Amino acid sequence: MKKLQSTLPNMAIVLTLISVLAGGILAFVNGMTKGPIEEIKAKTLADGIKAVLNADDLNVEEPVTLENGAVVYKTDKGVAVQASDPNGFGGTLVVLVGFDESGAIQGYQVLEHAETPGLGAKSSFWFQKGEKGDIIGKNPSSNNLTVSKDGGEVDAITASTITSRAFLRAVNAAYAALSGNTSDAQTGATQQANTNE
Amino acid sequence: MSNLKVLMNGIIKENPTFVLLLGMCPTLGTTSSAFNGMSMGLATTAVLIFSNLIISLIKNLIPDMVRIPSFIVVIASLVTILQMVLQAYVPAVYASLGLFIPLIVVNCIILGRAEAFAAKNGPVASICDGIGMGLGFTLGLTSLGAVREFLGTGKIFDFALFPEDYGMLVFVLAPGAFIALGYLIAIVNKLRKA
Amino acid sequence: MAYILIFITAIFVNNVVLSQFLGICPFLGVSKKVETASGMGAAVAFVLTIATIVTYLIQKYVLEAFGLEYLQTIAFILVIAALVQMVEIILKKVSPALYQALGVFLPLITTNCCILGVAILVANGTYASYGVEPNLITGVVYAFSTALGFALAMVLFAGLREQLAMVNIPKGMQGMSIALVTAGLLAMAFMGFSGVDGGLKQLFGL
Repeated sequence: MKKLQSTLPNMAIVLTLISVLAGGILAFVNGMTKGPIEEIKAKTLADGIKAVLNADDLNVEEPVTLENGAVVYKTDKGVAVQASDPNGFGGTLVVLVGFDESGAIQGYQVLEHAETPGLGAKSSFWFQKGEKGDIIGKNPSSNNLTVSKDGGEVDAITASTITSRAFLRAVNAAYAALSGNTSDAQTGATQQANTNE
Repeated sequence: MSNLKVLMNGIIKENPTFVLLLGMCPTLGTTSSAFNGMSMGLATTAVLIFSNLIISLIKNLIPDMVRIPSFIVVIASLVTILQMVLQAYVPAVYASLGLFIPLIVVNCIILGRAEAFAAKNGPVASICDGIGMGLGFTLGLTSLGAVREFLGTGKIFDFALFPEDYGMLVFVLAPGAFIALGYLIAIVNKLRKA
Repeated sequence: MAYILIFITAIFVNNVVLSQFLGICPFLGVSKKVETASGMGAAVAFVLTIATIVTYLIQKYVLEAFGLEYLQTIAFILVIAALVQMVEIILKKVSPALYQALGVFLPLITTNCCILGVAILVANGTYASYGVEPNLITGVVYAFSTALGFALAMVLFAGLREQLAMVNIPKGMQGMSIALVTAGLLAMAFMGFSGVDGGLKQLFGL
């Protein structure tokens, strides 16, 4: 086949054709992958809530988003709270913490962080049960959940005190959101009723 | 040149990472571990194979003067498709490569091979070139990732070889990327001359 | 104050080349002389700032308005390519002096991933972790500071390479190898700035 000449109509037609084709194909693939992407997001969240509450079957109520951005997921096996702290080493650190009825920590997951790669990632397991900075089973109201350098009872990750501080602030913020939300449940409900009217 | 020769050319003689020094941004940015490096390499390979194939098929339909913009549209579409597929089916990889997935568009290897090879050769040879170059790139990224992961954390592909506490963290961080690549290139240069 | 924070963070703490690995190709490719390096830095600063404004507007008023976010990559790269051409043509007509200084670098900029990378970061508001509201103005400040960071890294690195040319280097390490190791040491120096942004945030009370 002979190569097309570089005349103005040729160029315009070819470019338009390619762009339209590309746009069409992308729209098609987008439609195809949209479902799975949403599903995976929902599944990751559901799995996270299950993992931090150590329960396989639970019913999650409609999540409540607080003013400071924390999200409270109430379930029949405890409460999972997503909270964040903006002052990590590289930016915001987001955690999901599970609490039982008394407010003791059941488990946690680091959802998002911008810490130093290799160090920040350690926060995902450093504070788990049996590890050096174990916070599982502790209750933020009776235990002082700050790093030992600041007089608290949690060992910071070696060489990343700032990350550890941000992590613990986020955990405490999650607890604050939990206690604020449960004690203010009445007002929250009233507000909801008001908006429903 | 036989197709096999074309294929081997990309892996060894014109290795994009160590010899041609193309696509340095993802090479340095995504190799904090061997697995990340390999994912990036394979993602780029996929785009490279398809872009080479499509461009070799439509090369006669494209007037010379709009060659580059047409190629860019083809490559950008392929990258967007890849981005959506990764996000839908392997979200972990999508999350760890982040910004560097859309940036495959401006990886000089892809446009470079489209210009230098696919625009002049048939589809079969172009696919072979894509596979060869892609594997060469993957090999480069995986080895750099493995070296950085090993020196930085004592692991390769998450398999612990020495305790993590003895790792030199700087190799996982930005400076280590430059330094490790510098020494790897020196070693490859030495091997090629020998 | 927020602008000063973005400015310092983007130039020193999260330097686009030395800690984010964007724009490595020109960083390694055109950094043999301080003069060319500063030319490239200026050209990038110019294009990056304009490109960010245009892509931000496209993202907000075209892509998001019509639910076409999935066309982001393709739209941005085409806009950048067209923009670079346009800047080249306009500069040639309006300011031949500036064109002479920057002209040779302009065609190289389309495939400079720091332009597309920063455009995507700004359009998606990713830099919000600096503690600022993402909007057009902070986006432009961020883009311009990033470009200055790029120029700074380029010029410093070119200065180092000029010195390197005068010393004896072991045979195997000559060329790109020693350049990369030098870049690594420069990156290490820039790591000294990490944490400065957190201090500034407290200082400014953000």
